[in-house]
Amino acid sequence: MKRALVLLGLLLVAVAFVYPFWWLVSASLKDRAHVFDNALLPAPFSPGNYVEVWRAVPLLTWIGNSVVVGLAAAVAVTLSSAAVAFGFALFRFRGRGPLFGLVLATMMLPAAVTMVPVYLEWHAIGLATTQVPLWAQNLFGSAFYVFLLRQFFLGLPSEVFDAAKVDGASPWRLFTGMALPLARPGLVVVFVFELKNAWTDLVKPLIYLREAQLYTLPRGLKAVLDRFGEGGEAQWELVLAASTVATVPMVLLFLVAQRYFVRGTVTQHVE
Amino acid sequence: MASVSRRESRAGWLFLLPWIIGFLAFTAGPMLFSLWLSLTHYDMLKPPRFVGLENYREAVRDERVATALWNTAFYTVLHVPSQIVLALALASLMRRAGRAAGFFRTVLYLPVMTPPVALAAMFLLLLNGQNGAINEFLGWFGFTGPNWTTDPAWVKPGLVLMSLWTVGSTAVLYLAALTRVPLERYEAARLDGASPWRQFWHVTLPGISGTVYFTVVVNTIASLQVFTEAYAMFFGARDQQSKEGDAALFYVIHLFQEAFGSLRMGYASALAWGLFVVIAAVTAVQVRLSRRYVHYEGERS
Repeated sequence: MKRALVLLGLLLVAVAFVYPFWWLVSASLKDRAHVFDNALLPAPFSPGNYVEVWRAVPLLTWIGNSVVVGLAAAVAVTLSSAAVAFGFALFRFRGRGPLFGLVLATMMLPAAVTMVPVYLEWHAIGLATTQVPLWAQNLFGSAFYVFLLRQFFLGLPSEVFDAAKVDGASPWRLFTGMALPLARPGLVVVFVFELKNAWTDLVKPLIYLREAQLYTLPRGLKAVLDRFGEGGEAQWELVLAASTVATVPMVLLFLVAQRYFVRGTVTQHVE
Repeated sequence: MASVSRRESRAGWLFLLPWIIGFLAFTAGPMLFSLWLSLTHYDMLKPPRFVGLENYREAVRDERVATALWNTAFYTVLHVPSQIVLALALASLMRRAGRAAGFFRTVLYLPVMTPPVALAAMFLLLLNGQNGAINEFLGWFGFTGPNWTTDPAWVKPGLVLMSLWTVGSTAVLYLAALTRVPLERYEAARLDGASPWRQFWHVTLPGISGTVYFTVVVNTIASLQVFTEAYAMFFGARDQQSKEGDAALFYVIHLFQEAFGSLRMGYASALAWGLFVVIAAVTAVQVRLSRRYVHYEGERS
């Protein structure tokens, strides 16, 4: 009885959480006269919105940019964070403790504080209006991922590494030959998290990207919203079609990699 | 042996090198740079001109700073507690859902994957005062919903309501914490005749207080920097000014406009340091409070 009430409550919550997705897809398939009607099913059915927005803006270019930037960001941060985490987990040296404390401290640092000076750095070397600033910082590891992967490496049986060390394997061999393959689930967690972050981020594209040809999908979507949304030509069905295009890949990514997202979320707090 | 440990030490530092370079180039260096910039006027055309504390004096007098601070505080005070309470309630329900928990976890987490700009576009319409689905729903119960997206008094509550849709990641974190609370404690409490409510206060909450505290700190820091959804909804390329008065002008939005709209890099740097001080102060207060209320004994933390 009590169990049934719990499930009923959760079911109502689930409906409330799924509804905006349903509404989005449905409204993106309605014509201009019906886009506000909140009907569950689109009538008349107007898939032409997708064609229209495809013609109005370079959606395919933006998707391509997002894929490139997302993959670069995710690959870079996964490998660099793994190397740093491996250094913290496997080797003993003076200053290791305080240094790791510093890594954790940077997690608490508000990103807004470095927004302006980092922009000026990229400007100084002539890359401020390219896509490079969107991923290049990831080459140097990221505190949260270093923390997460260090947990992973510490969880591996240390005898394996000790035996290999005695056999004279170089640290680099230990890293590429043993640590990386053994920590693969952890690497996947970092990869999918960063892919999602890069795919959904608006802040950096707003700061750095000037030409529409370089836009990532969120920046392009903001341009679509400005042009066809509230202040613009009021063609909301196009805005919603583009929103659906931006959202669907992330939903699919989650359905494929759900356990990695959950694992990453849960590891956030094991300090 | 000394040579072995020296080799080990060198290898360790080599692996850390990327992070050290990144820290110097993208954190420590920029912070020093911005501290100096905050004492200058710099528009990227002429070289920076030293003006002492003038930017800070201006920030104190700037009415938009006052508005932005008020808006940000208002949002944070509403957003953080509602997020935490809802996440806790949902996690508690999922904890009792048995095998169905996995399904609900998926459903609750999905909104977290939505790009914030898409979320902004959707909720501009869902929250619309005239024909939005949310007010239609309220209408079923006889309520007339407010103009969430145009009435300055309701813009921030609307943004808070919208933020609840992405409560899933916090709820998933709590669910994991709840499953680490030993079941024996609940049995003991039940034997003592404790009601479910008392069990929650005396077993559940102490058992997960470390996790709750962590999420309060992280959520507060993020909330004080709220930017993307509000910017996407109410600010744009054509108008730097929000149409809804300044109801959605949050601190980082103001900072962003000063820096990249007006190219006042020195002033924006001073604003950034102001935010840094505010966040550090708020976090310090939370750390102090945690010493009194957070119990770590039950958790493997």
